Amino acid sequence: MSDTSTAERERIQLSSAVVRFAGDSGDGMQLTGDRFTTQTALAGNDLATLPDFPAEIRAPAGTLAGVSSFQLHFSDQDIHTPGDAPDVLVAMNPAALQKHLSALKPGGLVIVNTDAFTERNLHKAGYESSPLDDGTMTDYQLHEVPITGLTLRALERHIEEGALNKKEAERCKNMLALGLVSWMYSRPIAETEEWLEDKFASKPELADANVTALRAGWNYGNTTEAFAFTYEVKAAKLAPGRYRNITGNQAMAYGLIAASVRSGLPLFYGSYPITPASDILHELAKLKHFGVATYQAEDEIAAMGSVIGAAFGGHLAVTASSGPGIALKAEAMGLAMITELPMVVIDVQRGGPSTGLPTKTEQSDLFQLLYGRNGEAPIPVIAASSPADCFDTALEAARIALTYRTPVALLSDGYLANSAEPWRLPAVDELPALSEAFAFTTEPNLEDGGFAPYLRDQDTLARPWALPGTPGLEHRLGGIEKEEGSGHISYDPANHDAQTRMRYARLDRIGAQLPPLEVVDPSGEADVLVVGWGSTKGPLQAACHELRSRGRKVARVHLRHLAPLHPELPELLASYRVVVCPENNMGQLAMLLRARTLVDVRSYNRVTGQPFASTELVAAIERIGWGEQA
Amino acid sequence: MTTNEIKLTKKDFTSDREVRWCPGCGDYAILATVQSLLADVGARPEKTVFVSGIGCSSRFPYYMDTYGFHTIHGRAPTVATGLAITRPDLDIWIVTGDGDGLSIGGNHLMHTLRRNVNLNILLFNNEIYGLTKGQYSPTSPLGSVHKSTPMGSLDRPVNPVSLALGAEATYVARSIDTDRQHLSGVLRGAYEHRGTSFVEIYQNCNIFNDGAFDALREKGQKEHNQIRLVPGEPITFGPEGERAVIAEPDGSMRIVSTEEAGDRVVVHDPTRPASTTAFALSRLAPSPTGPTPIGVFRSVDRPVYDDELRKQVAAARERYGEGDLVELLEGGNVWDVF
Repeated sequence: MSDTSTAERERIQLSSAVVRFAGDSGDGMQLTGDRFTTQTALAGNDLATLPDFPAEIRAPAGTLAGVSSFQLHFSDQDIHTPGDAPDVLVAMNPAALQKHLSALKPGGLVIVNTDAFTERNLHKAGYESSPLDDGTMTDYQLHEVPITGLTLRALERHIEEGALNKKEAERCKNMLALGLVSWMYSRPIAETEEWLEDKFASKPELADANVTALRAGWNYGNTTEAFAFTYEVKAAKLAPGRYRNITGNQAMAYGLIAASVRSGLPLFYGSYPITPASDILHELAKLKHFGVATYQAEDEIAAMGSVIGAAFGGHLAVTASSGPGIALKAEAMGLAMITELPMVVIDVQRGGPSTGLPTKTEQSDLFQLLYGRNGEAPIPVIAASSPADCFDTALEAARIALTYRTPVALLSDGYLANSAEPWRLPAVDELPALSEAFAFTTEPNLEDGGFAPYLRDQDTLARPWALPGTPGLEHRLGGIEKEEGSGHISYDPANHDAQTRMRYARLDRIGAQLPPLEVVDPSGEADVLVVGWGSTKGPLQAACHELRSRGRKVARVHLRHLAPLHPELPELLASYRVVVCPENNMGQLAMLLRARTLVDVRSYNRVTGQPFASTELVAAIERIGWGEQA
Repeated sequence: MTTNEIKLTKKDFTSDREVRWCPGCGDYAILATVQSLLADVGARPEKTVFVSGIGCSSRFPYYMDTYGFHTIHGRAPTVATGLAITRPDLDIWIVTGDGDGLSIGGNHLMHTLRRNVNLNILLFNNEIYGLTKGQYSPTSPLGSVHKSTPMGSLDRPVNPVSLALGAEATYVARSIDTDRQHLSGVLRGAYEHRGTSFVEIYQNCNIFNDGAFDALREKGQKEHNQIRLVPGEPITFGPEGERAVIAEPDGSMRIVSTEEAGDRVVVHDPTRPASTTAFALSRLAPSPTGPTPIGVFRSVDRPVYDDELRKQVAAARERYGEGDLVELLEGGNVWDVF
């Protein structure tokens, strides 16, 4: 079928493109998106992805509830978001079209699998008539492709020879769609062919079928005259270096491994499965040769307890969960705080409250991590701002934990966890030297040869980390209030007041030792400041860029440290006419900033389970920042 | 002679903290027995860790001059498991009670036992909540009248030994706070056992539940009621050995006169691979107010969770070599930008 004699199409150069694959949960859309992403990365584009899937593993086929999608934004420029509105939608069934058509750009291109547009499927998707011929598609460039039929025809030989049955052959239709879109965007498919052969190494007949379908899709684009153009997005001018694609959960796992290597401490990872954090456990479980002990506990509380035990034992102890699991860990986190042991607690946030929206993103656990424990129990809280930033933030969490002997909460979210971006690989020997952040105590610290486990370092206010097994330093830890120095149980009123203040002072010490805040203000004349934290960084970057191109003088600061807040913040915020704080929650950071700085911080909030679109942020910031003037 | 060979005494395991249990509490006797035992078996204070939850018994670590961790209610097994996984060189003891271990922490207890983590669990059973001043506990007899149950408790008590056997624990024993010699014996067995050892200790709370175990503790009664399980010996008891335990055709056990039992007396063997017989023995006494077995119900070898976990790490290193961070980061599809 590889007819190379077909006429050359006109190749249109684009600066960027947004493609969305949508289909049934069982149609393999996430895999299709992943493959297209890898091909795109290898073509040298900057990119950002947005996977979106239902919480049900297999919702009823053909229904709106079962639609799974994957969006990819790629560009020859530096980009920060997975794109607001797709240029191209691939809809594998009517439900996918119904759910995603409205997101498409006006005049956008739609490829539909006509074979799935049966009366039954149309009905399931809530269509009373076929959108393909009732005028629904008038404003779009519609390409009707019998994707299932083409796949079966391409695999006729395989079916005849009994290599696979019709149902198995049909399952290759996502590869046909991938081949077609790859052709449209001039993406080489050789890498995916290799990947398929590798993936199905033990089932060569499946490898061959998938590769055949992939090529058939490519050739279909090339030979039919339905497609008048192909597109090309040239490689982006990224900073020199070696790159790979990485998702947030994968970067988090690698960051923890890096923290282990750089601290010289073996990693202990105790957790209980929960969406969207489980992939960190899966990733680390594959990396045992780094000395990682992964422990799947019986519940969230047990996972938290196990990391306290591992920290007591002298390992780099880490757990991860999502909102509901963090709620269960709260009491044990208080124990970790009062026993002043170093560990990292990761919260890959999802839509709440309660079970909420397990597979959707939200930033609504900030208060839970800041305040969700009994008593005055301050712990440092930091947040990652992009998939690749999860790597650096994991190292930063370990640095704070080890330096100051405290549990550290690290916030990620469902969007960061599953979306991907190109990552310029760091030089390993330039990563923070965490081994210098701590030393185990091996000698008595009192003149009489005794050991006082709560006698603090005057610089960091960290207490000694003396491991069981060390002769002469036997001591007892626990959740009851400690006497300063000796660590003995103390019910003394003045001591409790002093210990409580000390725990806040230690947090302040972390803040005082942070590098200066980075404020982005190219003009240096901005009078509006946008403050963000976590995964909104990309959309905020894009929005501020757009505002500046419209002549708005806007500055932006993105907070990695939420507790302690950077000590420069009160003065910084007070120096702007307007401070805007967009969040995927109901205004948690904004409330904190108002309380801490007495600046009238203005919120913009949305909790739809989806990341912000940069266009909505442009409108919101413009309205809040300049609306009164306009 | 290295320091490791210096013979330690009970004093070396005794901390300088004032013991603050109520005068007359059974915990004192257990504490003294444990301190002496550790000296006897040659344990090292720096290699010994006591982990506890919440409750009267859970104050135990403060009185031991070893490493210790007084954790939160019911969660001692979770902290101890993390410690055991990371530190195979330590002897880790959990001290818990009937409320801490069986009520709020029941889930962790079950999972620790089935995993067979290398830990020793001492469950002080006094059939009452002491620290919260006298509510009924999961081991209180049905109909117990206490502060929270003025008309009698409604829930059926749990038998800790049956529960441990049901969770397929590999070392299960029962003893009595004041029976120093017997307690020492089962604790020594627990210390020597690799995997999770579970020891239920009947402990008298003289303030809120005095006399709960008189049938087994008091002179004049205990001779009639203690069924002492001795490996390899027929299970008989009573001042003259006049009563015996026999197995019924349905697998349950029954107490009869030695005369009636004849050659049907069950010979105790805690090493039987199946826990069926041990379980039947645990069901012999509905409550510790009559004849009740004490001693080691079960002692078998089974792979130990934390040993196996460390073996997997070692096997992965054998197979892939020591992890290399650069190799890991560059492990996906990489491309260079110049």
